[in-house]
Amino acid sequence: MKQYIIRRLLQIIPTMIGISILIFAISAMVPGDYITAVNNPTMSAEKAAQLREIYGLDKPPVERYFTWAGNMLKGNLGDSLQHKKPVTTVMGNYVWNSFFIAFFSLMFSWIIAIFAGVFSAKFQYSLLDKLITLFVFLCMSLPSFFIGLLLIKFFALDLGWFPVGGMTTSGMNGSTWEQLMDIAWHMILPVTVLTMLSTGSLTRYFRTSMLEVIRQDYIRTARAKGLKERTVIFKHALRNALLPAITLMGFELPGLFGGAIILEKIFIWPGVGQVYLESISMRDYPFMLGFTIFISILTLVGNLLSDVLYGVADPRIRLK
Amino acid sequence: MSAETAPLETNLTAPKRQPDSPWRMAIRRFSKNRLAVIGLVIIVFMFMLCFIGPLFSPYNVLDTNVQDKNLPPSSKYWLGTDKMGRDILLRMMLAGRISLTVGLVAMAIAVLIGSTLGALAGFYRRWVDTLIMRMADIFMALPTLPILIILGTILSDLKVDPSRRIYFLMVIIGVLGWSSISRLVRGQILTLREQEFMQATEALGLRDRRKIFRHLLPNTIPIVIVSATLFVAGAIISESALSYLGIGVVPPTPSWGNMITAANNLIDFRKRPWLWIPPGTCILVTVVAINLIGDGLRDALDPKMKK
Repeated sequence: MKQYIIRRLLQIIPTMIGISILIFAISAMVPGDYITAVNNPTMSAEKAAQLREIYGLDKPPVERYFTWAGNMLKGNLGDSLQHKKPVTTVMGNYVWNSFFIAFFSLMFSWIIAIFAGVFSAKFQYSLLDKLITLFVFLCMSLPSFFIGLLLIKFFALDLGWFPVGGMTTSGMNGSTWEQLMDIAWHMILPVTVLTMLSTGSLTRYFRTSMLEVIRQDYIRTARAKGLKERTVIFKHALRNALLPAITLMGFELPGLFGGAIILEKIFIWPGVGQVYLESISMRDYPFMLGFTIFISILTLVGNLLSDVLYGVADPRIRLK
Repeated sequence: MSAETAPLETNLTAPKRQPDSPWRMAIRRFSKNRLAVIGLVIIVFMFMLCFIGPLFSPYNVLDTNVQDKNLPPSSKYWLGTDKMGRDILLRMMLAGRISLTVGLVAMAIAVLIGSTLGALAGFYRRWVDTLIMRMADIFMALPTLPILIILGTILSDLKVDPSRRIYFLMVIIGVLGWSSISRLVRGQILTLREQEFMQATEALGLRDRRKIFRHLLPNTIPIVIVSATLFVAGAIISESALSYLGIGVVPPTPSWGNMITAANNLIDFRKRPWLWIPPGTCILVTVVAINLIGDGLRDALDPKMKK
């Protein structure tokens, strides 16, 4: 096992080098840079050239790549041009806002998916099962921005039940508790959309794995012992059906910290996804590159984690 | 499968039945799946609506009729008009042409690259396999949406002509999506190449190219069809998201995604939902239908995967 993990970690290195070259090459294709994006008409050409030199934007791309990659190895992602702070600090400031909505929606989608999956497997081919299947397909096909806009239109603007966007009511002064409730209030709509997006495929997963377990002999034994159906399903069957699902946890990793770019834009949520979108339009290379690398690392580590968890959950799987 | 159709003792009297071809069996299984058939009907309808519908429209998309601007749905304009007095229904149908085409062509590109590289990796193994699969790893770990956004921004910066942007978009979405298909094909080829019919091609002295493209790849078609179908759904969503952000298909070319940008204007968003709800519904309905078809195809073409 230890050997396996070490080998996989070593495999990540060439992949990461490939990714960094690719991402850097793509960003080097972008015409214009931060200086032109700021578009300050009072800035003289001389001053612009000077600034480019300070930011190192005047050097050839290959040289810039090595400086950037070298600094990255030392854990230094450079300074965000737009925020005038180290990229890691900017990420740290915003990543938790994204994490909150991602975490809650993860929790809700797992709870909903487990129940929906169990019941649709238990009553396979029933009307309930069909309704759940349809719901699953609907969720799997949602364009996030459209559904977000619809919810804002109906629940925030027309009915006025929820705030239109943002994370806090501006100018609100209250106790810590009131402020927390205010944030929760703002979170409801974005969390709903995110939950819908991820519930579909999860439900499908649980249904399949539950169907497999329910047909096994030990479930028949449990029923034959005269256990209540609820005990059989939720205690004996569900446990084994859940086990392979822990591998899915690894795949959630990038989603938890990566932010939901489009959704955050629509709900004006001050998350890292929105900052990222801004950094692209502002040509804030250090942030744009740093964050893209960050998500890629999370993806790779997440994949490794899920493979390892698979071996932990099911000892029959030998990791080689 | 066909051997079990008639019991042995009745073999003489029973009318001789031609064993069904795998494709016919797949069609039969598919048509039994009600949801998948509904999906197929919806998709056929969407295609007819988008590709034939505009021919019946009394309006011209280039006509701007300022007197009739921002009208709500009525018997004259079934889905209302926009701020330039253009008929929304007509625009939506034309947008559908673009969105569906982008989805299909992007899929074709991804399948072409993915199955070729996957076949090469599975057939030649050794360093070819290592090289291609490491490349696939890289593409798998790339965060797709951010890269799409960056590339879309580049297109805007290069001032690519709006009418030619859709071609770039198809290529971008297709190229970013080849990796999963190539993995699938490679896995299939690895098992297929050990089978006896491949020994026969060896004995016949066929060239590698013929072995790969005539004998190996056709056997992977069923599985590729399934993921290709699901890819179209994903590509339509990617395209619409990019166009919504203003960096995909840009006006004057309509696409379902860029029609929804009307929602960025607070008054249009609130008071004129007919501008952006119909195209959004089109995306949703189309993607649901494609996913239903894809799922039906999976059950029909890949009985081993049957749950």
